[in-house]
Amino acid sequence: MKPFDYQRATDTDTAVATVSRNPNARYLGGGTNLVDHMKLGVSSPELLVDVSRLSSDTVETLPDGGVRVGAAVRNSDLAAEPIIRQRYPVLAHALLAGASGQLRNLATTGGNLLQRTRCVYFQDVTTPCNKREPGTGCSALDGYTRYHAVLGSSEHCVATHPSDMAVALTALDAVVHTQGPSGPRSIPVADLHRLPGDEPDRDTVLEHGELITAVDLPALPMAARSNYRKVRDRASYAFALVSVAAAVDIAGDTIRDVRIAFGGLAHKPWRATLAENALRGAPATEATFRTAADAELAEARPLSDNEFKIPMARNTLTSVLRDLTQQEGS
Amino acid sequence: MRLKFTVNGRQAEADDVWEGESLLYVLRERLGLPGSKNACEQGECGSCTVRLDGVAACACLVAAGQVQDREVDTVEGLAGEDELDAVQRAFVDAGAVQCGFCTPGLLVAADDLLERCPSPSDSEIRESLAGNLCRCTGYEKIMDAVRLAADRRAEEARS
Ligand SMILES: Cc1cc2nc3c(=O)[nH]c(=O)nc-3n(C[C@H](O)[C@H](O)[C@H](O)COP(=O)(O)OP(=O)(O)OC[C@H]3O[C@@H](n4cnc5c(N)ncnc54)[C@H](O)[C@@H]3O)c2cc1C
Ligand code: SF4
Ligand code: FES
Ligand code: FES
Repeated sequence: MKPFDYQRATDTDTAVATVSRNPNARYLGGGTNLVDHMKLGVSSPELLVDVSRLSSDTVETLPDGGVRVGAAVRNSDLAAEPIIRQRYPVLAHALLAGASGQLRNLATTGGNLLQRTRCVYFQDVTTPCNKREPGTGCSALDGYTRYHAVLGSSEHCVATHPSDMAVALTALDAVVHTQGPSGPRSIPVADLHRLPGDEPDRDTVLEHGELITAVDLPALPMAARSNYRKVRDRASYAFALVSVAAAVDIAGDTIRDVRIAFGGLAHKPWRATLAENALRGAPATEATFRTAADAELAEARPLSDNEFKIPMARNTLTSVLRDLTQQEGS
Repeated sequence: MRLKFTVNGRQAEADDVWEGESLLYVLRERLGLPGSKNACEQGECGSCTVRLDGVAACACLVAAGQVQDREVDTVEGLAGEDELDAVQRAFVDAGAVQCGFCTPGLLVAADDLLERCPSPSDSEIRESLAGNLCRCTGYEKIMDAVRLAADRRAEEARS
């Protein structure tokens, strides 16, 4: 690992100014992704500004009934928060489906959102990768693509976003608050991550130096009836092949409203608006669920090793919706 | 930097520490506490598991700078003056130790689990220990050991 300087941030403004003026400075949250990348040589910052004890580490209720999660809240603490378990079960389940206890205890809300792809070529500095070194080519195109994207990829990058938490936040219409060199702003989580296009090195729309300070969950009463299901190669402690986060509002047998996001399919958590549109006002039947899934997946294009993801996504969505709509009213 | 933190209840200090070295390195190479093992250095195997401010964490991914003024408990802190802790005894008695490389991390993770959840179900044990890999794949005996430790701790608490 290359030597670097370390500073513990004491206030937001100084932290943002320090990182913004040094292109080789990075924020440090729990370090479970960044420190790993520094050891692998994927990332070699000159300066780490530790924000894991700077931003708020509390979860508070907002006047409009929403909930504000500080960027420094640990994944394990967020999953255990009673208000999250009761009102946003999809988020608690997604968090607990990620990594291991030892990692969730370190990982922060801000760092989890900004964790980078687990594409094996991205993590192996001996292979070409457009995300790590723009212009060198994408090794995955002729390589092993079991974990890669089927939606929204480009000829430059076919990686997927690995976060489980971000998939739940996308379904919940959560909003990220940031403090950047040009002041504060708010970004819906659904717009935070980018598709790779011809700039696969840019994972998100954030500028260099932009600090995530908090994530807001809207009041969204229907989120009480929500769930997260993750399909992986072993029962625990593995990244998603496919995952689904969903919330439903049902009146009798009719779906009044619904929120759906897929994980494991794209370079960003995939908000399934086409499926949602097909479901709103429709009867809660197996046939409707399948039609809705097909509408969303019509544009999916598999790679050599991941054709299975398309039926897997359809089946997972169908089973999550079946369980949620059959569940007793909450 | 001069690093100061609490290890197993005692104040520890080390000079000329680079903030970027791992907590695992500080424990093993600077403080003479080699119980926490160094295997993957990537958060994948759990053999470096310690408690940081009371919660289980992979010491290989924690930067020394992040530990300033905090509390760390390692596997060395489990045993009493002259007898092993119930979890340690259970691992020995259940035959859960083969090469032993994963054992310290498992002991800390199991101790942490039993503190939070004194009589865990099998699925709770599996989920809590999912971050600890055993290359000798002795998982059944490890499950036995945690069940045994839970029973013995319950007995100790009653007597
Ligand atoms: C073995 C292993 C298995 C895993 N399995 C899963 C899994 O199944 N599912 C899953 O979702 N995740 C998984 N993870 C990933 C884990 O969830 C992430 O590493 C973690 O959430 C990152 O959070 P952190 O606070 O440690 O981030 P860090 O490593 O500290 O930072 C990550 C990135 O975010 C930036 N950053 C941090 N905080 C801020 C902030 N406030 N504002 C702006 N930028 C910031 C950093 O500069 C860095 O670029 C796994 C990780 C490992 C090592
Ligand atoms: S898929 Fe993206 S991250 Fe993976 S090798 Fe190709 S460019 Fe790199
Ligand atoms: S050495 Fe830390 S998890 Fe493997
Ligand atoms: S006993 Fe050998 S690694 Fe577990």
